[in-house]
Amino acid sequence: MGDENKPSQTPKLDELEKGPWPSFVREIKRAATKSPMARDLLGVLELSYEEKVGHWKHGGIVGVRGYGGGVIGRYSDVPEKFPNVAHFHTLRVNQPAGWFYRTEALRAICDLWERHGSGLTNLHGSTGDIILLGTRTEELESTFADLTKAGFDLGGSGSDVRTPSCCVGPARCEWACYDTLNFTYDITMHFQDELHRPAFPYKFKFKASGCPNDCVAAIARADLSIIGTWRDEIQIDQAALKEYTENGIDIQADVCERCPSQCMSWNGKELRIADEWCVKCMHCINAMPKALRPGQERGAVILIGSKAPIVQGAMLSSVLVPFMKMEPPYTELKELVGKILDLWSEEGKSRERVGEFIQRVGLGNFLEAIGLEPKPEMVAHPRENPYVFYEEYFEEEPEAASETEG
Amino acid sequence: MGTVVLAGKEFEVDEDGFIQNPELWDEDVAAEIAKREEGIEPMTDDHWKVVRYLRTYYQEFRIAPMIRKLCKETGFQLKKIYELFPSGPAKGACKVAGLPKPTGCV
Repeated sequence: MGDENKPSQTPKLDELEKGPWPSFVREIKRAATKSPMARDLLGVLELSYEEKVGHWKHGGIVGVRGYGGGVIGRYSDVPEKFPNVAHFHTLRVNQPAGWFYRTEALRAICDLWERHGSGLTNLHGSTGDIILLGTRTEELESTFADLTKAGFDLGGSGSDVRTPSCCVGPARCEWACYDTLNFTYDITMHFQDELHRPAFPYKFKFKASGCPNDCVAAIARADLSIIGTWRDEIQIDQAALKEYTENGIDIQADVCERCPSQCMSWNGKELRIADEWCVKCMHCINAMPKALRPGQERGAVILIGSKAPIVQGAMLSSVLVPFMKMEPPYTELKELVGKILDLWSEEGKSRERVGEFIQRVGLGNFLEAIGLEPKPEMVAHPRENPYVFYEEYFEEEPEAASETEG
Repeated sequence: MGTVVLAGKEFEVDEDGFIQNPELWDEDVAAEIAKREEGIEPMTDDHWKVVRYLRTYYQEFRIAPMIRKLCKETGFQLKKIYELFPSGPAKGACKVAGLPKPTGCV
């Protein structure tokens, strides 16, 4: 920026431009040649690095009329030093399922954001949305109007259904066990009200992966993880296996011995799989995609409860429905989710994610309230101590007896 | 931060227009916030029902109620609340009711 003889204004940030990898500092500097907001953003960030404190106040409440979510308010606490970032609100824009765009759409987004905001974007944030970084309160309504004109809508933020997101699914991937793109679009439309008008104890995220490779990491990041699976046998093409051996794959060492449930055997000519022991790790299919394919009876496993650590520690999702057919209009799933959202909204504490809620009330009570039968697949690990007899908890104690003992 | 005069009283307000001295709030102030900040004029009985409930809850618990509770107690669906207060229960209704800014979450 500017005069090359002058010492840099941002010596600390400059360190982050070194090295062969992409640098957000380099990108912001590029934007700063056009945008005063981006220029002040560099300044405020350098100041934060010097003083080791953040200079954004937490918790602006801004938005567009009719919506409670989609805009995250940010105000600087040093507006007099950096007036161009006194307001620096973020917009979340609902991304197309699977992140497929035509270049016209991307250009439209970038152009309107240069008109209304800092020009800085983040495609895509970990939420999945298109993130538009930095604008002023008075720009929000006109930005929203231009976004809707270009065919986009705001996404979720706050205690609402967050913008559902999914892997590329059958659009690019032969392993997709259901149409993640169609499903994501469908539930996005179904839950519009819950997406735009927050009414839950806390956020609720849907993520949809087409197969157990779980490319959107649904199992670690979504309150409801919908992961494609199959319930019949892995399809084997024995002739293609032969081709793999000829091309130097040692099926015994590279595939069979790496199977976590040791459910495969290879006699040099034929591969046998004991499918009832298969844990759907996808290793064999990933290693030999031409020879092995997911089964033909496909659907998804529905898991619940994962979250990053905020109030409590990180959690992974656990099985709620071991197998569900995933076909439009997804009535079974929508009804189940409806019951879960009702129960959690009614009984959940403020800032309690659904996974934490289930831990607090107990899985048994949760299942009873949403009307699901307990299944062995819901158990992560069998009990190890044979001296605990769970049956006695179900016996009703006579009231008088407990009083005298107490 | 800045100061505004509402119904003859001086208030400090934050960037989002929330008043910083809730003890000075009264219904005249509410009507003026509604008009100036939210473009609501006049306040109807339905508006007052929401605002008075928020106010009563706040005086008892020193916090805004959860949105589901607000809907239940007023008997209004969330959509209706957005019709009354287009910028929503937190940004619109709580501001008119003179509550401190609800802590937003990203």
